[in-house]
Amino acid sequence: MKNLLKTLVWLMAFLPVSVFAQDVEMADLMHENGKIYVVVGVIAIIFVGLVVYLISIDRRLTKMEKEEK
Amino acid sequence: MLKIGETSMKILGLAWWKWLAIILPLYSLTYGMLIDVPALPILHETIRNLFYHVTQWFGMMIILTASLVYSIIHLAKGDRRSDIIASEGINVALFMGVLGLTTGMLWAKHTWGTYWTGDAKLNGVAMGMLVYLAYVVLRGSMDEEQKRGRVAAVYNIFAYVMFMVFIMVLPRLTDSLHPGNGGNPGFGGYDLNDKMKLVFYPAIIGWTLLGVWLVNIRVRLQSIKENRLIKSLE
Repeated sequence: MKNLLKTLVWLMAFLPVSVFAQDVEMADLMHENGKIYVVVGVIAIIFVGLVVYLISIDRRLTKMEKEEK
Repeated sequence: MLKIGETSMKILGLAWWKWLAIILPLYSLTYGMLIDVPALPILHETIRNLFYHVTQWFGMMIILTASLVYSIIHLAKGDRRSDIIASEGINVALFMGVLGLTTGMLWAKHTWGTYWTGDAKLNGVAMGMLVYLAYVVLRGSMDEEQKRGRVAAVYNIFAYVMFMVFIMVLPRLTDSLHPGNGGNPGFGGYDLNDKMKLVFYPAIIGWTLLGVWLVNIRVRLQSIKENRLIKSLE
């Protein structure tokens, strides 16, 4: 009985470890190299470009609305 | 005549909420790539898709909900403005849906090994999109303005219910591969840590507002177009 309890406690202690300690591959290398910032930069440039374009469309539309009134 | 122009307060020549529509997605695009995320099997780094793919779908659903509200307003008041907002909302939501499907397919190719499976979630989304495409076809097929508005509004109510059943209810009733459905590793409580919430919630608001901006532009264009048509008839 005592042994069983002991085993259970040990099992419970190691259960989370066995679940989470798997080697899950992540992009650690990319983060270590600092290269991830290049990707982030590219994304930011694309997004800002799109937004600037959107703003210019918005401005043109506002001008059109003023002419309409 | 439809009202022309914007009413919201402007900051530096741009409506205040449009600044949020720029800042919040930019924040989630950059910070979301840099924070530490939990290492989970199957998902790996693609858990970051939570900040982009998932939030974008949420934004689409919020816009669809707004469209539903405007359809109901249209049924109650019979004004043309809410009919235009409802229909342009669906146009933008469909566009966002195509983006959501494409990003999902790219992810599926690299996680499940195929662009498309007969999964309940995927097929549900495809059917839901078709339901809304039918809305566009239905509304576009009618010339008489009042009838068009009312029929489109009533159909929108049906479409909304069907869409939500297809993508939210059915995938959870059966087994689904999609994260967060049918007991797959996903975005439920244990893996969405506090740090991720800091990106996740602003991202939802951000993508929604960006979609609203597109709706705003389409509604304003459509209003000018319809007013010109009325003027030319006078």
